[in-house]
Amino acid sequence: MCLAIPGRVEEIDYPFALVSFGGAKKKIRIDLLDSVEVGEYILAHAGLAIQKVSEEEVMEINRLWKQILEE
Amino acid sequence: MRKEFILKLSQKIKELSQELDREIKIMHLCGTHEDTISKYNLRSILPENIRLISGPGCPVCIIPDVDLQKVFHLIERANVVLTTFGDMARVPFDGKSLFYYSSKGHDVKIVYSVFDAVEIAKESDKPVVHFGIGFETTMPSTAAAILDEVENFHVYSAHRYFLPAMDFLLSLGETRIEGFINPGHVSTIVGSDAYEPIFEKYGIPQVIAGFEPEDVMLAVYMLVKAIIEDRPGVYNEYTRAVKAEGNVKAKEAMNAVFGVEDWEWRGFGVVPASGAPIREKFQDHDALKVFESVFEDFIPKEDVRKRACRCGDVLRGLIMPDDCPLFMKGCTPKDPVGPCMVSFEGTCNVWAKYGGY
Repeated sequence: MCLAIPGRVEEIDYPFALVSFGGAKKKIRIDLLDSVEVGEYILAHAGLAIQKVSEEEVMEINRLWKQILEE
Repeated sequence: MRKEFILKLSQKIKELSQELDREIKIMHLCGTHEDTISKYNLRSILPENIRLISGPGCPVCIIPDVDLQKVFHLIERANVVLTTFGDMARVPFDGKSLFYYSSKGHDVKIVYSVFDAVEIAKESDKPVVHFGIGFETTMPSTAAAILDEVENFHVYSAHRYFLPAMDFLLSLGETRIEGFINPGHVSTIVGSDAYEPIFEKYGIPQVIAGFEPEDVMLAVYMLVKAIIEDRPGVYNEYTRAVKAEGNVKAKEAMNAVFGVEDWEWRGFGVVPASGAPIREKFQDHDALKVFESVFEDFIPKEDVRKRACRCGDVLRGLIMPDDCPLFMKGCTPKDPVGPCMVSFEGTCNVWAKYGGY
């Protein structure tokens, strides 16, 4: 129920966007995010984009994980 | 890398745990966390004195029977299209479920999102009632749908705010919880700052965590470390999806549409300030107002089949599924008694799926 998955924005037809989740495309509502552009990644839950996710942020967690490994 | 990292964390947690003079209980607050924990059998790589217990993090499970009965009451008496999520449609009451009504010719439609329900409403001659469930993760989508003001689209709101339940659970003081793994996607909306008042009140460390096994193990490590080093606080492990302020626009939409009331939760009784009724301004979309006359003769009943069901105790973290006498005997995913066995986020359903109990 509270699962949210990241996907890449392919096309925008505001307030919806066509989002690709590893190839599977779905119509997702994006108007509760400040601005969304084609090519960006969003986290979708039950048809709504609830947050933008950036590649840098995904990298950041990898850094955190690496840091713990080295502690 | 993944396995290596998880095992390294397991090792580090084991080392840390030797400094503990007692068994500690860490409660997770999301059914999807239970899924990760059971799927990867993470309990088996944690030391014996660190116990992971599950809490009320299943929005389908915590909805009390009275809401389900009211929805049944409505579709028996009003000519509506009822939409909801698949999990909710399978929850039984007195031998019936929304799927049962569907099989009897009532217009019940399973939707992936509330926006699908809005599309159905635009095409339908009949009023559409969406049985809206879910915590703060899901509430903004329902709010956005209501804000669209589609004429014959209505919502039966069974939405509940999650954080008041954490507060309520701690106020009961029946289980000594020493750390919380906070729900990642509720937190995406409410933000990590939202947990500070609960921390200030009870001083229990919390880690907001994502849903990979690495995330959960890291959260356990951070909690055990915080306990041993006496540095409690609200920590955010899921920075890739959770900001301090959350999703401000989503919160604004949610607050515009929903008010705050004291509502009942399964297994909890009435939880102060946990209910999300639709505000008067949007009463044309509130199924309870639009169909007010239908509910006039509504009288709640008891489901005798559920008398032995301990779903409520599972939700409060008092027992694990295999402590319930019905678990995998009178209650299975195929023939569930309580919602904890129905929902994909219910701890009983997750345990039945992955075994290992």
